[in-house]
Amino acid sequence: MKFGIITFPGSNCDEDAYNAVTQSLGATGIRLWHKDHDLQGVDVVILPGGFSYGDYLRAGAIARFSPIMREVVAHAERGGPVLGICNGFQIACEAHLLPGALLRNASLQFVSETVTLRVENADTRFTNRYVGGQLLRIPVAHGDGRFTIDLEGLKELEGEGQVVFRYSDATGDTTDAANPNGSLDNIAGIVNKQGNVLGMMPHPERAVDALLGSDDGLALFESMLAAVAA
Amino acid sequence: MTRYRVAVHIVPRKGILDPQGKAVADALHALGFAAVGDVRVGRHLVLDLDAKDEGDASQRVRAMCDKLLANPVTEDYELAGVTVA
Repeated sequence: MKFGIITFPGSNCDEDAYNAVTQSLGATGIRLWHKDHDLQGVDVVILPGGFSYGDYLRAGAIARFSPIMREVVAHAERGGPVLGICNGFQIACEAHLLPGALLRNASLQFVSETVTLRVENADTRFTNRYVGGQLLRIPVAHGDGRFTIDLEGLKELEGEGQVVFRYSDATGDTTDAANPNGSLDNIAGIVNKQGNVLGMMPHPERAVDALLGSDDGLALFESMLAAVAA
Repeated sequence: MTRYRVAVHIVPRKGILDPQGKAVADALHALGFAAVGDVRVGRHLVLDLDAKDEGDASQRVRAMCDKLLANPVTEDYELAGVTVA
């Protein structure tokens, strides 16, 4: 099983994602460049974190028009899995692979800390190795992570079980205090309606080994492995 | 073809929390500008482009806003001026 990790100019979590896939998961990682026109037959595409194109205009707005994004959109339309982490989530929203948008943190401050996530939907190809309601410790590091969508869009996300992760406190309550960026309804990660594109602000690739402080993110990669193998 | 200069205002849509605007409003209040109500912080872009006439220039810039310059989920835009460059 092959994971393709795309590097845009300004990506800075591509190597972490590559290491998570190859070292922690033991799968094959393929490094892809934003100017490539070929996904090299990868099964899963990872849009990594960072500051593609310096976040100019809006985070993800310019990366969305990178040559390889045409292939990524086609891959997603064929039902291929796409994981957008942090800046990758922003790119996926800008590319209309996911609904909504990520805006400046309500605090106006960059947040870099380990947060608690509550698994809202463990029945996706990204979360099948978790259980519903499970609490995970995963780092966040972003300035533009406030998930926003209109009321109609929010109802749709809720109704279709598309909210996958929410920020919560240590007891699983989705309080304002546990919300690092002011995201609507503490939303930390969503899937598209078809369930093959996940976007999340937290960094599971930085939580794949106890040595990193948490290995709670590893099951996300194991879930994709299980889903693609199935 | 004539070279036109088109200015665009892009602002966060009403009803969407704009923490930058709120911070600016708070600062203005602290400085004694009590009359200030809502403040929204956006972007101002000035583009030079070749077009047949003013209408054509406006239409082209609107297409750019729809595709790239503004995010239709969170932002509104308006053309703030079209002049010969």
